[in-house]
Amino acid sequence: MKFKIFFLVLLLSLIFNPRAGAAVEEFIITIKDHQFSPQELAIPAGQKVKLIIENQDATAEEFESYDLNREKVVAGNSQIIIFVGPLKPGTYEYFGEFHQATAQGVIVAVQPEDNH
Amino acid sequence: MFSIAIIIFREILEISLIVGVLLAATRGLAGRSKWVWGGLGAGVLGAAMIAYFAEAISQAAEGMGQEIFNACILFLAAILIGWTVVWMRRFGRNLTQHFKDVGSAVIKGERPMYTLGIVIALALLREGSEIVLFTYSALVSGEPVIKILLGASLGAIAGTGVGVALYYGMIAISTRTLFSVTTWLLIFLAAGMVSQAVGFLQNGGFVPVMATQVWDTSYILPESSLVGNMLHVLVGYSSRPTGIQLISYILTLVSISAFLKFYGNPALASARK
Repeated sequence: MKFKIFFLVLLLSLIFNPRAGAAVEEFIITIKDHQFSPQELAIPAGQKVKLIIENQDATAEEFESYDLNREKVVAGNSQIIIFVGPLKPGTYEYFGEFHQATAQGVIVAVQPEDNH
Repeated sequence: MFSIAIIIFREILEISLIVGVLLAATRGLAGRSKWVWGGLGAGVLGAAMIAYFAEAISQAAEGMGQEIFNACILFLAAILIGWTVVWMRRFGRNLTQHFKDVGSAVIKGERPMYTLGIVIALALLREGSEIVLFTYSALVSGEPVIKILLGASLGAIAGTGVGVALYYGMIAISTRTLFSVTTWLLIFLAAGMVSQAVGFLQNGGFVPVMATQVWDTSYILPESSLVGNMLHVLVGYSSRPTGIQLISYILTLVSISAFLKFYGNPALASARK
């Protein structure tokens, strides 16, 4: 029963994929010499954004963030996509688990300017 | 060296906690050790394979392959654990109860514990592949081999130690209580895995989030802390769960408990009458 429900949810959400169609802003974070760049990235709060993590090192890294609830491996010389948000305005820390001493970064969600 | 030890510790800890609970839960079932060792062996091999195919998995499904892969492994593990719980209640309890009278010959080798082996293998697969990737990348970056070996062994010993401590802590409880304790621990473990799996699907954009943050306890008990991390592994603690994670967690708890009630133990139910 439980599994049926989950598969149904899975199936339905594949059909009504919330990702499809909506244009999302893209941001690139690169990894080089086990460091993230930019180390501080500003993204708009309150909307979904696409992060492209590009690993220019030959070795693998794991993008991990407790603040964002994310953990994803990036193989050497390759890239991954991470969707985040909509986030509340604030600072979200992340790090590279395999090289935590040097691989540190933050994402700052900024409230977009209102027009009033 | 210590940074290596810490990472290995974290990954091994997850494996050893899960294996510790499973071993305590299936204690007293004859012939299980070959399934345990088989699961461990298969898990190590699988971990190496997953690490090797890491990039291919990552690029699959429009870059969301890792999320789907992790979610599938966690779902499968949760289903098997749920099944084991019901199975244990149906047969295991009778077995341990009649253990002294009937002797172990009756059950020896009769009931293959595939699920136990597979769950152990799956636990190893996920965390183990990260260990492989990490040590490999440390090797390639020119980290001295002796440092890696020392750090890895230190972390592995410490991580295994916590799991062993948990195991002995649990079996110190009397057999009768142990059974319900481990039953509930397994149910919470499965629920935690399902909510983690849903978390991966939601990160991949496959399921709606429903509420971005039901609560935030990251200031009281962050998941990065040892206790927070252990609770995360064992009972699926999350310092910032989303709505759908919470709902799937509760749904799993309810449905496994219902299965347990209705299919759990006809023998015991009739014995009570």
